[in-house]
Amino acid sequence: MADTTAEVLQHGQAHGPELLHHFETPEQQKESATLGMWTFLLTEIMFFGGLFIAYTVYRGMYYDAFASTSKYMNLVLGGINTAVLIGSSLTMALAVRAGQLGLRKAVIWLLIATMLLGAVFLGIKGVEYHEKWVEHLVPGFNWHYEDARYAHYAQILLFLYFVMTGMHAIHMIVGEGLLLYLVIGSVRGRFTGLWYTPIDMIGLYWHFVDIVWIFLFPLLYLIGHTH
Amino acid sequence: MEGHVTPVKTYVAIWATLTVLTAVTAAVSLLELGPWNIVVALAIAFTKATLVVMFFMHLKWSNPLTKLFFVAGLLWLIILFALTLADYQSRGWLPRGKWW
Repeated sequence: MADTTAEVLQHGQAHGPELLHHFETPEQQKESATLGMWTFLLTEIMFFGGLFIAYTVYRGMYYDAFASTSKYMNLVLGGINTAVLIGSSLTMALAVRAGQLGLRKAVIWLLIATMLLGAVFLGIKGVEYHEKWVEHLVPGFNWHYEDARYAHYAQILLFLYFVMTGMHAIHMIVGEGLLLYLVIGSVRGRFTGLWYTPIDMIGLYWHFVDIVWIFLFPLLYLIGHTH
Repeated sequence: MEGHVTPVKTYVAIWATLTVLTAVTAAVSLLELGPWNIVVALAIAFTKATLVVMFFMHLKWSNPLTKLFFVAGLLWLIILFALTLADYQSRGWLPRGKWW
């Protein structure tokens, strides 16, 4: 398919080289990619859903132990991280929009902004994990809980904290790699207003990771503050 | 260029709403509302997630099949929650039998 001039299909519509010929129109091709990415995100929702139901069940069983952990959660850092991720979703949405309009420089800068905000999030997460380590709140490693009443069951919350934010962080790191791939591709001029599908799809992934954090934040950081 | 192009203003308005809702959920968590704390927190989280899905993820302007897939995915999540909670909540309801 080296012919880069517009071809005229049998049904009379012109298109560029971005249309793969097992699709009838560019719109159908794009919808197919979108549906595929959404399907993948649904499997991700089920994956995190398992962790959320585990949290729900154990919170129901051991609410007081869970609530007792809230004073060890850094509400300020968690809140900043939530704002940082929401900001990164804005820059990502703007990047996809710039891709739609073929604004290559805007795409590159907005993707870099998204990556920077993601890196800030991960840095703050690292600081929080270090705090937990120093305060002996890592189950199975250096667990020592001050309140003897809840010393046993509070481990469940901290275990869920590390697994849920850890899996989320792994998804963020993969996302950073995907964003770097997009930056490099944009610099090389791979994307145009006619074909910017990877930017769109990786954008969907990034927003999904933001949504996971939108639920993690209240459940892990905002529980039992009134006690 | 194809499809629906969302104005920058719309994206910024959604971002501002999400930021405000984050501040609200943090502030409300400091009020003593008993069992309503978690209800309010989850209601705000669902609202934020809906805004991200509809606008940032463009579902509002996606084709109906994509919307159907998303709803179906939520239904499966509901099944996960409903059956798991039904299991735990109904434990001890039946007496232990002699044979099984």
